[in-house]
Order: sequence, then structure tokens, then C-alpha cells
Amino acid sequence: MYTFSNRLKIGSIILMAVGLLGIIGGFVMAPGTVEEAKAMVASHDDGHGGGHDTAASHDAEMEHGAAAEHGGGHDVSYDEHLLSQLKNRPWAALYVAAFFFMMIALGVLAFYAIQRAAQAGWSPLLFRVMEGITAYLVPGGIIVFVILVLSVLHMNHLFVWMDPEVVAHDELLQGKSGYLNPTFFLIRAAIFLGGWIAYREYSRKLSLKQDESTDNSSFKLNFRISAAFLVFYLISESIMSWDWIMSVEPHWFSTLFGWYIFASMFVSGITVIAMVTIYLKSKGLLPDVNDSHIHDLAKFMFGISIFWTYLWFSQFMLIWYSNIPEEVTYYVTRIQDYKLPFFGMVAMNFLFPVLLLMNSDYKRINWFVVLTGIVILAGHYMDIFNAIMPSTVGDQWFIGIPEIGAILFFAGLFIFWVFRALTTVPLQPKRNPFIEESRHFHY
Amino acid sequence: MASKVIQAFYNDDDVLMHAVKKVKAAKHHIEEVYCPFPVHGLDKAMGLAPTRIAITSFLYGCVGLTVAIVMMNFIMIKDWPQDIGGKPSFSYIENMPAFVPIMFELTVFFAAHLMVITFYLRSRLWPFKKAENPDVRTTDDHFVMEIEIHGNERELKDLLVGTGAVEINISEKNSH
Repeated sequence: MYTFSNRLKIGSIILMAVGLLGIIGGFVMAPGTVEEAKAMVASHDDGHGGGHDTAASHDAEMEHGAAAEHGGGHDVSYDEHLLSQLKNRPWAALYVAAFFFMMIALGVLAFYAIQRAAQAGWSPLLFRVMEGITAYLVPGGIIVFVILVLSVLHMNHLFVWMDPEVVAHDELLQGKSGYLNPTFFLIRAAIFLGGWIAYREYSRKLSLKQDESTDNSSFKLNFRISAAFLVFYLISESIMSWDWIMSVEPHWFSTLFGWYIFASMFVSGITVIAMVTIYLKSKGLLPDVNDSHIHDLAKFMFGISIFWTYLWFSQFMLIWYSNIPEEVTYYVTRIQDYKLPFFGMVAMNFLFPVLLLMNSDYKRINWFVVLTGIVILAGHYMDIFNAIMPSTVGDQWFIGIPEIGAILFFAGLFIFWVFRALTTVPLQPKRNPFIEESRHFHY
Repeated sequence: MASKVIQAFYNDDDVLMHAVKKVKAAKHHIEEVYCPFPVHGLDKAMGLAPTRIAITSFLYGCVGLTVAIVMMNFIMIKDWPQDIGGKPSFSYIENMPAFVPIMFELTVFFAAHLMVITFYLRSRLWPFKKAENPDVRTTDDHFVMEIEIHGNERELKDLLVGTGAVEINISEKNSH
């Protein structure tokens, strides 16, 4: 049995407290009026971005479909737009971090289901670790859902299509309103989260029952529901990525977006499995886990990092090459206003893992895997950041108190919840049909 | 000097593995082991050095990437920077995404093919090469361990019989 070490518990509570202060600070600092917003931008102006050139602001206005109607004067609508961006910032920071940590748990859940459906012989030793991480799906998923509900209630302006006034003046959004309408949106979100959480809880129950039973019926049932879950997951994850991420930019669409977000969550999830495993192993709690298990996880980190890059590049290159105006604005705003995060993310998510984890010996060195893992996780946070921020805060982005506060808060909650879940049952499954093979796994 | 070798035949890979370990423990130098299929862990038991072919492959990949970049930069940017469908050919970086498929494929091409050729060269394999097979059965169902004899024929024979060899031959060393 694992006992939650006091240092880790206090550490995670401190993270949550500091993060909460940061989040509150972000909301307090957000401007309430146009004058405040203008003053803020004036004092920050030399910081980044250089100039808010007309192209960028015009682009953003089209986004909100308000350009023609607010006709009174360019300045007024620009100022209002600026205010809404600055008001969005603490919300977007909260949403990116909440989604990022929820996505890690969901990625681990997909990996876990694949291991069960594939009847992998190496991984059963790590099932309890994976189940511990997926425990975060319950609070994490609920928090994301609450943020979505608050958006529907017009507490924020993350999703423009939720604003009836904007939709009234925008034919494109009217055309999509059969799909992008608040009620249907929340129903879909509830179904997806309900399905994921239901599978997680049921599979966990069967997994624990298998330890105590005398036959393999729970194991077989778990195999079947895992295969069924993967079908559900494939569909729901794809739709989730349109709903929760792509719809912040409702004029834009991309077909491989679902896979792209999937790759991001999958590689982050595997990285976290590796890091938690290495941590528990370093405490002597997983005596049967050997370097070969770490090697396998590191291979997955390496391979899926490349897979993510493949999808990222395929999406980027197809749009860049054909350069159709209705699609290309997505990348134009990102390259104009987010040059460093946008391309820096490719270095972190591709170059770094490829060069560091290519060598077979390095994949067995634990601190090396952890080091690469930290870079991969930071890179995939930036990935979600790059997906959400340009459409919600535009060129007013910065990684400051609201963003870091939200990361710290959710990191603390994640650590607290995951390690608390790990304490509830023994860390090694007792009688899984593949446990002996896993124990002697050697690469 | 006519050197002689002793050849011990085995018909099971587990027996062979134990025999290799025993012979190593008795501090005899194993000249060669012939198997019909890869025996997992045999190289470790024999104490063979790990292969460096993956390192050569990485370097060949770097060469391929360089060839692709230099080639596309010369042709598309330096030599004749035409406007083809509005693609920006002012600098390499501006038109880079269009070159990535070529960069990727050439990297893989060089890494794969040059590594295979390296493998053939290092293992001395080519189309009209004379097969170096001490006994035709080693390609079907027998394993042969070959040890050079330095006037210790009797002792070696006893050792090998003890390891479960099904047949022991003594022959002139085939020079390759």
C-alpha cells in the first residue's frame, strides 16, 4: 500500500493555494471598462507585439462579426473588442489549464483501454498507476463542464457563437447554429464526460474485483468494455475537440483536428504515466517495475511525439500550401501574434524528444525520461494555449499571473487527487492473467 | 600452419545456450556459432560487442537531410527562383513547408539504404558469394558451435560431449 507522503500532500495544497490566489488575481486585474482597458494596453504596449496593426484588429473584428453593425466608428468598436479580449484573459487561462489537466487523465484512460483491449503483456504492472491518474477525470471533467456551463450563461466571452447578438449579425454562425447551439453543446458535453467517467469507474471496479475473484470473468468483461469504450472514445473525442477547442474559432474548420488533439492528449498522458511510475519506483513502491517498462513508456513518448508532429505539420502544411483565405486566417493570426509560442512548441514537442529519446540507452535512464517528460508536458500546454488564446484574447496574450496561477492550481489539484487515489488500493494487481509476463518483462 | 577446429552439433537452442555458457565459463574461445534462426540472447552469452549500425544509420539520415536541404535550396531558391503559383521563393525558410516532404523522404531513404549497404559490407554478403556453411543441417534444424583446437582435442571433446552435443566433428578450418 502506498501512503501519501506528507511532503507531497502539503506541496500540492500549497500549489493549489498559490494557484487560487493567481486565478483570483487574474480576475481582479481584468479591466471593467473601456478606459481601464486602454490604460492597460498603453502601459504594456512596448512589451510585446510591437503594434496592433490594422490587419490584426480587422481580422479579429470579422471574427466577432460586428464590424459592419457597429459602424459608428472604427475606434469605438476596436476599444470594445480590446476590452472583451482583456476580460477573456483570466477565463481563457483558467480554461486552458483546466482542459490541459483533464486531457492528461483522458489520454491515460485511452492508453489504459488500449492496453486492455490489446492484451498487452508488459503493462499490467502499471494498471494501478494508470487507474490512479484517470481518477482525476472526475473532478477535472466536472470543472471543465462547469466552465462550459458558465460560458453558456454568458459569464464570459470564450465562445463567440454563444452570444445571440453576434449570431444575429453573422450568417456563417446562423448556418452552423443547428450544431453550435448552447443546449445541444451542453448535452453533448454531458454525454461525453458521462461516458468517459462511467467507463473509468466500471473498469476500475472490475479491475479490483479481478484481484479478489477466483476466475477470469472480470478480466474478460473488462476486455470487452475496453474495446467498446475505444469505439465510443474515438467518436466522442473527435466531437469534443470540435466543441471545446475548434469552436472558439467558429469560422474556421479543419478535418484532422480531432486526431491532432488526440495525439496531444495521448502523448501527455503517457508522459505522466512514465513520470508517476518513476516517482513511485524511486520510493521503492513498485519493486517489480524495471527499466524495460520505463523503456517501453519512453518509446511511446518518442513515437507519439512524432505522431503529434506529423498531424500538426499535415494540418499546417495543407492550409499553408493552398492558402485559402477562409482557412488560412487561423495560422495568420498565430504566426503574427504568437510566433514564439507557436514555433517554440514544435521545438519542444518534436526536436527535443526526438533527439533526447532516440538513443535506446537514454530511454532507460530515469532522470532523462523525466527531463524530457517535463519539456513534453510544457510543450503540450503550449499546444492547447496556442489553440485557445489567439481566438479569445488575440494579441493581448501573455504568460503572466492568470496563466501561471491556473497551471499551479490545477497541477496541485491533479497531484492531490491522483496520489490520494493511489493510496486506496495496493499498487500492484494481484491476479491478472498477464501479471507474471509483466513481472518478467524484459526488453 | 594447418589449424583445426572442433564442431559440436546441437539440436535444441536451449541446449546450445547452456553449452555456450559452459564453454565460456571454461575459458575457451568460441570461433563461431551457426544457427538456422536467431537465438535470443546468444550474442550476450557469447559476449559479442553490441552493434553500432543504428549509429551509422543516424549519421546517414543527417547526410540525407543535408542533401535535401542543399538541393532544394540551390534549385528552388538560388538557381532559378521562379514564381510558381505564388509560392514565396525569396528564401529557403519562407518556402520550407513545401520542401519538408522531400526532406523527410530523403532522410529516410539515406538512413535506410546506406544502413543496409553497411550491413552487407560488414557481414560480407553479396550475390555471388560462396556460402560459408560448415554443414547443410545448420540451415534446417541443427546448431553448430565451432572452437579452434590448440592441442587440447581430448579435453575439448569431453567438455562438449558433457554439454549435450549430439555429434562432434573435427575438421580443417575453412578460411574466409
